[in-house]
Amino acid sequence: MLRTPSRVLTGALALLFLFPLVWAAVASVSPQAGTKQIHGWGFGNYQTLANYQAGIGQYLLNSTAVSLMTVAFTLAVSAFGGYAFGMFKFPGKNALFLVTLAILMVPYATLLIPLYVLLNDLGLQNSLIGLSLVLTMFQLPFAVFMMRISFEAIPGELRESALIDGCGNFRALRHILLPAVRPGLVTVGIFAFLAAWNDFITPLVLISDSEKLPLPLAVANMRQQVMGIVDYGATEAGVVVLALPCIVLFLALQRHYVRGFMSGALKG
Amino acid sequence: MTVRSLPAIAAESHPSRRRRWSSSLAGWGYAAPTAAFVLIFFVIPIGIVARMSVSDWKLFTGDQGWNSGKNFQSALDDRLLWPAVWFTVKYTVVTTVILLVLALGLALLVQESSRWTGFLRTSFLIPSALGLASASLLFYALYSPQSSPLLGFTDKPISFLGTPMSALWSSVALIVWRYAGFYMLLLLVGLQSISGDVYEAATLDGANRWQTFRRITLPLLRPSLALSTIMCVTGSLLAFDQFYILTKGGPDNSTITIVQLVYNSAFQGRNDLGRAAALSILVLGALLIINVVQFRGLRGKEN
Repeated sequence: MLRTPSRVLTGALALLFLFPLVWAAVASVSPQAGTKQIHGWGFGNYQTLANYQAGIGQYLLNSTAVSLMTVAFTLAVSAFGGYAFGMFKFPGKNALFLVTLAILMVPYATLLIPLYVLLNDLGLQNSLIGLSLVLTMFQLPFAVFMMRISFEAIPGELRESALIDGCGNFRALRHILLPAVRPGLVTVGIFAFLAAWNDFITPLVLISDSEKLPLPLAVANMRQQVMGIVDYGATEAGVVVLALPCIVLFLALQRHYVRGFMSGALKG
Repeated sequence: MTVRSLPAIAAESHPSRRRRWSSSLAGWGYAAPTAAFVLIFFVIPIGIVARMSVSDWKLFTGDQGWNSGKNFQSALDDRLLWPAVWFTVKYTVVTTVILLVLALGLALLVQESSRWTGFLRTSFLIPSALGLASASLLFYALYSPQSSPLLGFTDKPISFLGTPMSALWSSVALIVWRYAGFYMLLLLVGLQSISGDVYEAATLDGANRWQTFRRITLPLLRPSLALSTIMCVTGSLLAFDQFYILTKGGPDNSTITIVQLVYNSAFQGRNDLGRAAALSILVLGALLIINVVQFRGLRGKEN
């Protein structure tokens, strides 16, 4: 008896959260004055997007490249790092771990100003690789922490049996331990992908060449196109293109996303 | 006797010091990529920003040498500084209170697991998969006079971003939409770590729902609430994307945050990296103090 009204209420609340997304998707293909899609339904706004400056293909490619590189760097560094922190004793271990976590304490803006100068000195100005390296650094506190607790959760016998079987510690890592920490790697990978795909201020500071912009910056710049008149239709289409991969990835791997929070709460 | 391979026996007969040495060598080897990243992209930049803050360092001319604290003077003399500090603090307080109360409500709502609450959880969480920039662009269109679906309900035009007050609340609405599910999940993890026995005991003692919430749920949820508060306060104090995209600091510079001031000093108009570095050192210091106070305050209550 009590169930129906509460379902209506909570259902309405859920719709409130879904509404902006649904609206953006619908509005991007519906007729609207001041956009390319004036009469009838269709993909005119996506055409605007496709023809904007270097073309959406280029920006999608930039974003994809940056995200994949960031994921690859983050996975490699944090898998080795987590192995070292979780399973070895070495001098300076705690200090290095704390300094890695300290990255969380420093505002992005504080680091981006010197990084802008540093990347120039390294010849990585305006480069997608430089951008990925910086984004990887921002991911390290979470990623190394996550991989450390993943390795620590491996039963000691498993590692010892791997070593006693005559594997070196690298072979033990590759063949026996990496499969055991795979859920942790998936979580780290998702977070790295979402962060790199969506980051705004880092490329805003580090990338000035308009051919090399990632998608969020390109869509944001597109609004200031002609004489300050904003093409809202194209903006909506841009939001859809930006959001779609994130939502698909999230729905497919929701379990791992939630897992990341579980470990975050352990820390607190 | 168990059969063991030769290396294992050999390793046992070696003095343990040598084993420890080779183990710590291996440990450093695996930690080396992390160390290199942290050194090159974190420790060295911190050093550069410290030096930059006391140097005459413009965007296009580079380092022109020591200028004895002029950057800090110039940053503090900026007439936009105190309004920006005030706005950032106001925004942080409003956002944190609304977001945490709502997130706690949502967490309690979806606490039990069933198919229906699973659907609710997913609906609340989906916005947090979006980037803050994408969400800001979405709300930029949602609030626009031309395309907004929210204007259909009234005859007189609503201006979502036209006045300082409405711009603040419109930004808060965006952030609440984007982050409510995120903090709900954080609090949900805390809720689920409270053992069922405690609730059972409370019911046996005749506690009603409000008493149970007040005396059991809230105190036991304190670690999760503390973590959420610290994350929310820190995130809001460093707000940038949403104001850069949604309000561009307007109307009349009323929604400029501190990080925007840092960005503007460095890359727009002034192109003064020294001044931006000085300002961001001040921000870093303030943030450290605020976090220490928060840690003390939130832990102190526990004892």
